Amino acid sequence: MTAATDTLNPTQGDHAGEAHGHDDHGHHAATGWRRWVYATNHKDIGTLYLWFSFSMFILGGTMALGIRAELFTPGLQFWQPEFFNQLTTLHGIIMVFGAIMPAFTGLANWMLPLMLGAPDMAFARMNNWSFWLLPPSALLLVISLFVPGGAAAGGWTLYPPLSLQFGMGMDLAIFSVHLLGLSSIMGSINIIVTILNMRSPGMTLMKMPMFAWTSLVTAYLLIAVAPVLAGAVTMLLTDRHFGTHFFKAVGGGDPVLFQHIFWFFGHPEVYIMALPAFGIVSQIIPTFARKPLFGYHSMVYATASIAILSFMVWAHHMFSVGMPATAQLFFMFMTMLIAVPTGVKVFNWIATMWQGAMSFETPMLFAVGFVCLFTVGGFSGLVLSIAPVDTQMHDTYYVVAHFHYVLVAGALFSLFGAVYYWLPKWTGYMYSEKMGKFHFWWSMVWFNVTFFPMHFLGLAGMPRRIPDYPLQFTDFNALASVGAFCFGLGQLFFLYNVIHTIRGGVGKAPANPWEGAHTLEWEVPSPAPHHTWETPPSQELVEKGLKEQAL
Amino acid sequence: MRFQRALGLAALLPACTFAIDGKYTFQTPQTLIARDISDLHAWIMAVIVVIFVAVFGVMFYSIFKHRKASGHKARHFHENTSVEVLWTLIPAVILVVMAWPAAKVVLAQKDTRDAEVTIKATGYQWFWGYDYLDYGFGYKSKLATPREQIENYKGQGAAKDTHYLLEVTEPLVVPIGTKVRMLTTANDVIHSWGVPAFGVKQDAIPGFIRDTWFKAEKVGTFRGQCVELCGRDHGFMPIVVQVVSKDDFKVWVDKKQKEAKAAADDPNKVWKLDEMIARGKTVYDANCAACHKADGAGGGPFPALAGSKIANGPMAAHLGIVLHGKGAMPAWQGLSDTEIAAVITYERNSFGNKMGDMLQPKDVKAARK
Repeated sequence: MTAATDTLNPTQGDHAGEAHGHDDHGHHAATGWRRWVYATNHKDIGTLYLWFSFSMFILGGTMALGIRAELFTPGLQFWQPEFFNQLTTLHGIIMVFGAIMPAFTGLANWMLPLMLGAPDMAFARMNNWSFWLLPPSALLLVISLFVPGGAAAGGWTLYPPLSLQFGMGMDLAIFSVHLLGLSSIMGSINIIVTILNMRSPGMTLMKMPMFAWTSLVTAYLLIAVAPVLAGAVTMLLTDRHFGTHFFKAVGGGDPVLFQHIFWFFGHPEVYIMALPAFGIVSQIIPTFARKPLFGYHSMVYATASIAILSFMVWAHHMFSVGMPATAQLFFMFMTMLIAVPTGVKVFNWIATMWQGAMSFETPMLFAVGFVCLFTVGGFSGLVLSIAPVDTQMHDTYYVVAHFHYVLVAGALFSLFGAVYYWLPKWTGYMYSEKMGKFHFWWSMVWFNVTFFPMHFLGLAGMPRRIPDYPLQFTDFNALASVGAFCFGLGQLFFLYNVIHTIRGGVGKAPANPWEGAHTLEWEVPSPAPHHTWETPPSQELVEKGLKEQAL
Repeated sequence: MRFQRALGLAALLPACTFAIDGKYTFQTPQTLIARDISDLHAWIMAVIVVIFVAVFGVMFYSIFKHRKASGHKARHFHENTSVEVLWTLIPAVILVVMAWPAAKVVLAQKDTRDAEVTIKATGYQWFWGYDYLDYGFGYKSKLATPREQIENYKGQGAAKDTHYLLEVTEPLVVPIGTKVRMLTTANDVIHSWGVPAFGVKQDAIPGFIRDTWFKAEKVGTFRGQCVELCGRDHGFMPIVVQVVSKDDFKVWVDKKQKEAKAAADDPNKVWKLDEMIARGKTVYDANCAACHKADGAGGGPFPALAGSKIANGPMAAHLGIVLHGKGAMPAWQGLSDTEIAAVITYERNSFGNKMGDMLQPKDVKAARK
């Protein structure tokens, strides 16, 4: 037992907290709105994060549909070009910072203490803060649409000098990014301290679940790069209002400097959105293959190598700004190198499936879908890593296709998988397998209809972020727009399914609904009571699970 | 009648083939570098397809064969060091095979030495300016597609031409088989100059000069678009390059040089009010009417000039806004002193504005300092 759990749990008892409800606990839990506003319980905060993230997903998705509606046919139909640019910008910022990142933090909040055998996150009250910074920052972004001059319209990358031209919408976006950065740093500190200090007896770092590993590495990445982003946008702010010239050539500044700083944050950010997904998939596939994860150790090393490499490749986003040939070569080689650890991960997942006894419940479908589509995204990433080929693809729809394969099929699909996987634990009810499978196949088909044609558009040279396009791009754009609307519609089925489950689903869920799941969260009842692991799980219990996972 | 229609369709065919070129994959390469890039891409795709088939083959085999539903029992292996080392090393080797040819192309692409013609492309919000540095002339190249074709609001809008959004008032003209070095820079924000058929794409960064090069191998017209988000009309600044024979190029250069000489405004000329207004109208229609509308009524975030405080206020403030921009309005320093003087004079004496004053080019020159 670690020192921290010792102090937190002065009394020993039998393993889970399930025996006594929270009323025995000596204090009254808040109810009504107070329960959520003052929340310090990791499960409540996890729930808040997840709902926040879903509402942002719907908001950002609606904006995406606005974009696709305009692009359905050539010509300007619905929006003025300025507003189109605001849509693309807010769609990007909201999906990255509002939807995907909070969703992973929410999952970490909900699941890490359960999986590690800890009673709560290390800093429960800071946890409340880190969540409640999110709604105001989302509000700033939404308000920015209605201020004079409209929202920021420089793309989510906010490149100056363009971003120096906008009105106060840009300042609101900058403040919003500041808040989001603060929130992620606090969330990360919490995750790191919880993982390092609050694991149950017998669970060494090299024996903890992969999801904990990827969350840990992700949290370190965030602490390293969130301040970099904050610095970059602060410099923007002072350039805009206080007469500095960081990015203005007129005063001796360099517009490309911003791109270097931004991508020094931005590339690790890509992995901040991908690594937790790797962790989730590494939990789901062994469960439904009824086999331990193949190559746990190499998975950990691959995760760490990807994280480290992610700091050395930022300039591959900038192959067309005009770097010296040597720099171009360095960043090209480093970028290609990322394919090695990523490949190791994919091979490990496949080796986990190999000779398994697989069944395909919805979480597994999403996990396998993730592996397939993420691999495609990895391949297009490899193509883009080749600097001369990138000359043709840079800032075209090929890039749009690539990162949506990585982020929608990667991050989002893994998140759906995670929701279905843990939904019985959260709600105490089983979701409808029929609806879940429908959601998967529907999303899978329309996702590909939406984004696969974009590869061709990019090859043919259609620039991204244009509200109108030459005629040869018409067919694929129409196809992509149809796909996008159907894909969007499918997510309402998901919402319906989740609500249906919360209201009772297809029946009560057992503590462990999955035959092949052996991590600690399945040892507490479903739904997980308000307080769990008030006393840490016994070493025997931990070791029993670890043995099943071959750790 | 039917015969005529068939003839008309046949005439459209070449246009169709052009449209199809660059629909599914790269535009047909017209330079050595573009061909190298295309070959590299084909090579990488071949490698990827092989890996794809191998990886997905194994995965789908196990998905179909190793199902619980078909009674397959899980075998509990979970580690195999030699396999893991192998599948780390093999991809590394594959990467080397991909990196080697790619590195050669990078070096060739970056080698802008020994160019025979040097042209500077300047990105403006939202058009391109080309300066032929060796021949001492330059011109602006703007979107030629009329607004009626672009704006389809409420279902209105004219039919679109074949080269919709890919046509310009005046293309860049370059000689065939000649190493052309393109310098890129920008006046306001970052733009990016690229022609896919030539395999070139180079950001144009304000305050800095970057370069790239190409050597076109075929006479013809090649088209690209600005590829870096540069504000409202990012989608409306095409790049059209016309490759001509060396002789034709000489003739063209000669003609342009003479034109440039004839058109050059004498900066010391003192203009009369009505001359200035007439000149100003052409400048206004070419540069300002897109946002402030031809009748000065403005639209969206762009204020009306008719009766505006700026156009009816002090001259210096008016000049300051045109020179330095404000909010969504870009700085117009790319216009000549005469053009700026003319357009301001026009704005103060049109749309019902009756200031009756005027600006001379030398005043603008003084204000620039």
